[in-house]
Amino acid sequence: MIRKSQAKLGAFLDKAEKPIQWLITLCGWSSIIFVAAIFIFILKESWPAPLTLNWGEFFFSHRWIPVPAEGNEPTYGAMGIMYGTLAITVVSMFIAVPLGLGSAVYISEFATPKLKETLKVLIEFLAAIPSIIWGFIGLVIMGPIIQKVFGVAVGVNLLNASIVVGLMAVPLIVSISEDALRAVPDSYREASLALGASKWEMIYRVLFPAAKNGLLAACMLGVGRAVGETMAVWMASGGTDNIPENFFDPMLLLERVKALTATIAGEMPEAVNGGEHYQVLFIVGIVLLTISVVINVVSDLIIKGFKADKA
Amino acid sequence: MEAASNPFKPSAVEKRKTRVESIVKWLMFGMAILLIIPVFGILFHLFHKAAPVLSWDYIWESPTNRGKEGGIWLPLIGTFYLVLVSLVIVAPVGILAGIYINEYAPNNWFTRVINMAVTSLAGVPSIVHALFGVGAFVLTLNMGACLLSAACTIAVMTIPVIVTATREALAAVPMAFREACWNMGASKWQTIRTIVLPNSISGILTGVILEISRAAGETAPILFTGAAASVAVRMNSLGDKLMPYELDDRFMALSYHLHVVAEKIHGMPEEMKYGTAAVLIALILLINSFSITLRIFLRSRKKW
Repeated sequence: MIRKSQAKLGAFLDKAEKPIQWLITLCGWSSIIFVAAIFIFILKESWPAPLTLNWGEFFFSHRWIPVPAEGNEPTYGAMGIMYGTLAITVVSMFIAVPLGLGSAVYISEFATPKLKETLKVLIEFLAAIPSIIWGFIGLVIMGPIIQKVFGVAVGVNLLNASIVVGLMAVPLIVSISEDALRAVPDSYREASLALGASKWEMIYRVLFPAAKNGLLAACMLGVGRAVGETMAVWMASGGTDNIPENFFDPMLLLERVKALTATIAGEMPEAVNGGEHYQVLFIVGIVLLTISVVINVVSDLIIKGFKADKA
Repeated sequence: MEAASNPFKPSAVEKRKTRVESIVKWLMFGMAILLIIPVFGILFHLFHKAAPVLSWDYIWESPTNRGKEGGIWLPLIGTFYLVLVSLVIVAPVGILAGIYINEYAPNNWFTRVINMAVTSLAGVPSIVHALFGVGAFVLTLNMGACLLSAACTIAVMTIPVIVTATREALAAVPMAFREACWNMGASKWQTIRTIVLPNSISGILTGVILEISRAAGETAPILFTGAAASVAVRMNSLGDKLMPYELDDRFMALSYHLHVVAEKIHGMPEEMKYGTAAVLIALILLINSFSITLRIFLRSRKKW
């Protein structure tokens, strides 16, 4: 009975080859359709603010006052929140890039096969931890620790957010750099070791130059991850959009910052649907979307080269 | 004198090289450990703190008094339905897209653009997906903030997970399998349906499980598209308890519930925060262990 109906279904599916192929093609194009749709719908919601917005103010002022006091005009200077995103990205990369590259080299070159599998599985688990959990760790667990260690009033700040985001970006960096290192042919390693190089000299002088595109792309994707991270940054960064006077003051690590993503997440519920504030938040969304698409396309070009691959 | 008697004795340069190598090796091992140990320490701490509230009652009871008392049943079942609905939407589209890219797509610039779109879609910040969900599903399609809008948003976000897994699973099927089938007179679609898909179903399944884990953990995309801090639902019978939400209802989700109890409500008992976090992380780790076990099991019995 089951066999019969199975055969019937099979015959039906074979007859339907043409429409099924159209369906498959349509689904194949879905990613392009959705990326375009994301641009279009976000632009649509932000309209007409892109025409009326004072772009000079948006990029070069740090007065982000969407809900001003009585009698004042709202101002949308996003420089302060762009600084927040930039600061979190830079500091988190100081944590994520060395840790990520170091672990990738260890996993791909030094670890025994068993240890390698174990480390890869553990790092996969690390990648699976959702951003809300990281935010929780930053807010509830690391916040009080930072408060105690540095003797500051509030534990959610640039340092906290950067550590959290750095740890979140590491698994991505590890997996892509490890792919890049594995793609280097073994004959390179053997040639260099046969010439008397130590393993470290081989890694430093042969593997890194050979895999540099992949490693660079890994770091770029890490940056993309850090720029786009929302929940963890929102919960662990504190949220004040001051621009510091001296960018190299280490005490800045203990200042609270506000990122682009967190601004959208925090202010959307307050913004009046269709109001100017609402539209400007969608413009911030376009800025984020543009940054992430550019980073992804460029890193794709870096990894695969500019010509279409032959495979 | 001794140096002359042993020509293989390492020179000073060689000794330094070996020393540097072992230092580097341990340094990098340290980095890998530094990455893993603190996180698992934190997770242990998290479960330890959550232990007082963790019980079957905690999972089975609904939150009362804005989450300060009771359990987490409503958010948990909300996450379940969110994942289920998003999976129903994304699985067919993602799998067919993977089939197109690996089996049908010609090798030209357009396919390259499709692949770039897949990676770009994977890299779009989750909050931007939330904005897209608001613009497309909640407002333009006029679905309102509800379970279906949130599931659609999650589905768009997780397409790349399934596409990538499907593409890799299909690529792992040897070309000879297809050629043999074509030589028997089967059409392209017949070959895919009867030979390629059955041989790659496990890899596709891994992708589906990864999608489930992503969908269960995401918070930002459901912020404005349907998640609610609390809902009023009837809880009279077992049926109500198992299906508290309609597709057009606002719903509670575990991830958003964690955000609310952790940050939004003052005087929240510590163990309620840790309890919610522990259940969420346990759920995610469980789903992922399942996918990893499946992968290892399948690799061990691979036939070709």
